[in-house]
Formats: sequence, C-alpha cells, structure tokens
Amino acid sequence: MAKRKKTTIVLFSGDYDKAMAAYIIANGAAAYDHEVTVFHTFWGLNALRKANQVDVKKGVLEKLFGKMMPRGAEKLGLSKMNVAGFGPKLIKHVMKKHQALPLTQLIETAQEQEVKLVACTMTMDLLGLQEKELLDGIDYAGVAAYLGDASEGNVNLFI
Amino acid sequence: MITADKVLNVKGLACPMPIVKTKKAMEELFPGKILEIQATDRGFKADLEAWTENAGHQFLGTIEENSVWKHYVQKASDVEEKQ
Repeated sequence: MAKRKKTTIVLFSGDYDKAMAAYIIANGAAAYDHEVTVFHTFWGLNALRKANQVDVKKGVLEKLFGKMMPRGAEKLGLSKMNVAGFGPKLIKHVMKKHQALPLTQLIETAQEQEVKLVACTMTMDLLGLQEKELLDGIDYAGVAAYLGDASEGNVNLFI
Repeated sequence: MITADKVLNVKGLACPMPIVKTKKAMEELFPGKILEIQATDRGFKADLEAWTENAGHQFLGTIEENSVWKHYVQKASDVEEKQ
C-alpha cells in the first residue's frame, strides 16, 4: 500500500468564519483519506480552548490575556460584519437554517476522523494558555514538527 | 435501473458532511456493491465525482427527483482500489 497523502493547515486566525473554512477543508481532506494536521498558533489557539473556565495558576498578564481572548470555538468573532458580537449570532442562525455544522461540531467531527490537532507551545506561552485549558486529545509541538508534516504535504494551507 | 445494496440519506446536510458520511458508508460496504446516496446539496455531485475517482470507486450516475439527487457509486474491488 502506497503512502497516504497529507494535508496540513496552519490556523493562525481566531475568526469564526476562517476557522470554519479551515475545519471544513480538514474534514474534507480526512474523507479523502489524507492524513490531516491542523496546527494552531496565535489566535487560532482560541478555537481549542475549553468553553468553561479552568482553574490554573497564572500571572496577572496571563489572566488578562485569558479574559480578553474568546474562550472556545463558539466565542470567536467574525472576520467581517462582526458588529460587536451580533454578527456571529446572525450567522449561526443562518447556519442552523441551512444545516451547516457549527465550528464546535466541525472540530469534533475532525477528531472523530482522526485529524491531528496540534497546539503551538511557543504561542501558548505568549498568550498564557495552559494545556488544561485546551481540548483533550490534542498534540503539543513546535515549528519543526509542523514542517515534518508539511514537507510531505500535498496540500498545505495558512489560514 | 440501478439497484442499490445500501442507501445513505444525507438530505439537508451541508458541506462537508455528505462526503464525510459517504466515506464512512463506503467503508462498511463490500467490494463491488452499490451505494445510493440521497442528497439535496447542489455542490455534492461534483464533490462525489471527484472523491470517487480519487478513491478508485466507480461513479455510476445521478437521478434527480423533486430536488433530491440520488447518486450511485460502486465500490471498487480490492484490486482496483487505489493506493
């Protein structure tokens, strides 16, 4: 059996719509029988945050960052027409009507399809995010691990 | 007339779920068997054609009935399957 094809996606953005696009491609690629990696860095890490507050020890700055950033996929804003948080409500209403999956479920489906979700540890430190605050069953790595996947990648995207 | 061995209902579902579910259903099918996929997503036909070709299966065709598309795919025998 020949080697499976690979898709890698860097999710840098913390926008709901861009994260949706990333996860739709990730799920599609998994259905295409690719080995898929989604590498989350900077604002993209917020998509992996647990929705509930997790009790962890933090400094003042880290706490502030934690409060200012969206806690989890459903709290992300839109890249356009965010209208102070009204935009996401509107788009979720429309998505429901068209039976498009919300981001949380797209991430769950990706995990079911064995898409490898990776959190960049360097930017986790910068933003003051700890492992306990992120979803279970994800990997932690840096740029070299990403490049290991990407250099064999047939589809490599930066979103 | 094509007789399906299994029917998959993805009516109402939006991208990427029809193809995700098709992949799962095909895995459970024996080689040579035919899957009927009932869908309402307009873009799914192109998706399915590309996917079946990539996976080495056979796209048999589509019938439209009252805005529901019925797509027929035959699973490749083990030898034919790509990879």
